[in-house]
Amino acid sequence: MWDYTDKVMEHFLRPKYAGEIENPDLDATVGNITCGDALRIMLKLDDAGRIADARFQTFGCASAIASSDALIELILGKTVDEAAEVTNDDIAEYLGGLPEQKLHCSVLGMEALQKAIAQYRGEKFELADEGEIVCHCFGVTDKLIEKVIGEHGLQTVEEVTNYTKAGGGCGACHGRIREIIAEVRGRVAEAEAAGGQDPRRLTNVQRMRMIEQTLDTEIRPAVRRDGGDVELVDVIGPEVQIAFRGNCAWCRTREFTADGFIGEKLREQVDPEITVEDVSEQLPGI
Amino acid sequence: MTEAIYFDNNATTRIADEVREAMAPYLDRLYGNPHSMHTFGELAGRAVNTAREQVAHLLGCRPEEIIFTSCGTESNNTAILSALETRPDKDHIVTTRVEHPAVGGLCRKLSEQGLAGKRWRLTELPVDGEGMLSLPDVGNAIDGATAAVSVMWANNETGVVFPVERIGGMCRDKGVLFHTDAVQAVGKIPVNLSELPIDMLSLSGHKLHAPKGIGALYVRGGVRFSPLLIGGHQERNRRGGTEAVPNIVALGKAAELAAGRMEDERTRVRAMRDRLERELLARCPDARVNGHRESRLPNTANISFEYVEGESILLMLDAHGICASSGSACTSGSLEPSHVMRAMGVPYTAAHGSLRMSLSVYNTEAEVDRVIEVLPPIIRRLRDISPFGRRAPAERT
Ligand SMILES: Cc1ncc(COP(=O)(O)O)c(C=O)c1O
Repeated sequence: MWDYTDKVMEHFLRPKYAGEIENPDLDATVGNITCGDALRIMLKLDDAGRIADARFQTFGCASAIASSDALIELILGKTVDEAAEVTNDDIAEYLGGLPEQKLHCSVLGMEALQKAIAQYRGEKFELADEGEIVCHCFGVTDKLIEKVIGEHGLQTVEEVTNYTKAGGGCGACHGRIREIIAEVRGRVAEAEAAGGQDPRRLTNVQRMRMIEQTLDTEIRPAVRRDGGDVELVDVIGPEVQIAFRGNCAWCRTREFTADGFIGEKLREQVDPEITVEDVSEQLPGI
Repeated sequence: MTEAIYFDNNATTRIADEVREAMAPYLDRLYGNPHSMHTFGELAGRAVNTAREQVAHLLGCRPEEIIFTSCGTESNNTAILSALETRPDKDHIVTTRVEHPAVGGLCRKLSEQGLAGKRWRLTELPVDGEGMLSLPDVGNAIDGATAAVSVMWANNETGVVFPVERIGGMCRDKGVLFHTDAVQAVGKIPVNLSELPIDMLSLSGHKLHAPKGIGALYVRGGVRFSPLLIGGHQERNRRGGTEAVPNIVALGKAAELAAGRMEDERTRVRAMRDRLERELLARCPDARVNGHRESRLPNTANISFEYVEGESILLMLDAHGICASSGSACTSGSLEPSHVMRAMGVPYTAAHGSLRMSLSVYNTEAEVDRVIEVLPPIIRRLRDISPFGRRAPAERT
């Protein structure tokens, strides 16, 4: 049997905030029934933007229910901006700790909160709505995986599974999770080496090198899997010019790919100002 | 809190008082080694012989066909490895997708990693929505290179009973060794090996009111055998290691008791199980029984409650002193529902909310009443908390 703390059992057996709110200001659901846990939080804000009332509905195990109740306890009375600071660690800590394999329950709480906050701010919920699905069994995106690796210094697939469930099903994504761990850790090391330098103050050569690197680790493997390739043509200020080679599958979708997929990666990893221009057509000899 | 209501007898059982009394002297005064050349050893040796006869009697076989082991897992491992080792020209195993890991895990390892440089092909037979095997599938799976067929007698999660007599018959016709993991069957339903085409059978003491850590393997006379544990001459050279005399005595006594209690299991226990199931289904909407309704153990009820999660049910039951188990992801120690629920194609929504209640002759009607009273409000409560929790049509407005 799981070694749950008394606090977990208390919040599981006698949750204070289970239920629904009529016409909530914010209403966010994460997880789903096939995955084995799902959490819906409903928040009512007062005129000052404080969380005046909150309720949850949870499908899941004892620690999922207790984590939901703890989350509400932690955010009640806070402004949305204050609540945004609450992390899954706060939830686990409030409960006196969770068994390792149950940490994903606290992450679920954090996700629900972030989703509600994104709603409030009119933003996209990037942990789930953006990024690519890595674990198809549990629908976990690279965004969420990167976040927990970064925040908790995770080093193994098993740890990532404990936090996000990713990789806990068929196991087909273990390789990809290992890659993400390496990427995040590589980035952390790089940032440390660069002394936390502002990307905009990079020299042009440094920028070029980082763009090449990102293309190499993030983009080329995917493009090459489809028999294509991508070439860096030039960098003119914030504009990155690239050209596609090879397979037609990529030619057909490259508009989307150039600005969407590739642009996103470069903005995320190198410089948020970057725009990507596809110049394949303008080049001779393709 | 009143005394616990124990509805988890497929996990393990309480040690019968008679069993404890029978083994006690061997934990105390009669500690001899059965192979010693003195009266002290002789007394222990005689007790082991008696136990072997008791087990053989329950199974309808000869005492020499019984090997005592340390558990059901050892029996299963011994049987399968022996079958493969004594058939070096064959390289194929047939089993099912719903075996206990003591069979399934070993077979998967033999096919994925191999042993001593050899890898076996593995056929894992599917089951239908009721957890039942198709006989033609078994026949089709066997080919000229098949070394052994291992199919469990009764499933630990659903209680579904496989047609081992028919399967054994097909194996015999094709000259293939047939092993059955009967850990959940022995003591609950009649087993008469003298009339069955079974070559090897595994059982485990702690499922029939003997202690944990004792099992037995039946090996039909004449079947080629290779021991797993190499050591002394115990068990007629078929299993090294000084006999666990107290445990063996206990298993013997438990076997004797089981023979006398089978009728109670078949009638009273079944009636309690049926009533439990009927009442719970009547009181809880969106619930279903997992497993074949007829061909199953008399003591096992496996019910799925949609929109709730098994671990939550278990812990709320536990707060009322009621012990049961679940095939949900959270309780299976992984993130996926149990392999049995998945093999049956039980929708995830229902698999997560599966609850297994397994009774024994020690349970009472009053305990069934209590569970019927306590469980439906727990389900209702968890559905109220759940974002998917649907209410019964009558309650919906
Ligand atoms: C069907 C089945 N086979 C094998 C075993 C393993 O038995 P043991 O616990 O004695 O190793 C069990 C018990 O968990 C079982 O239910």
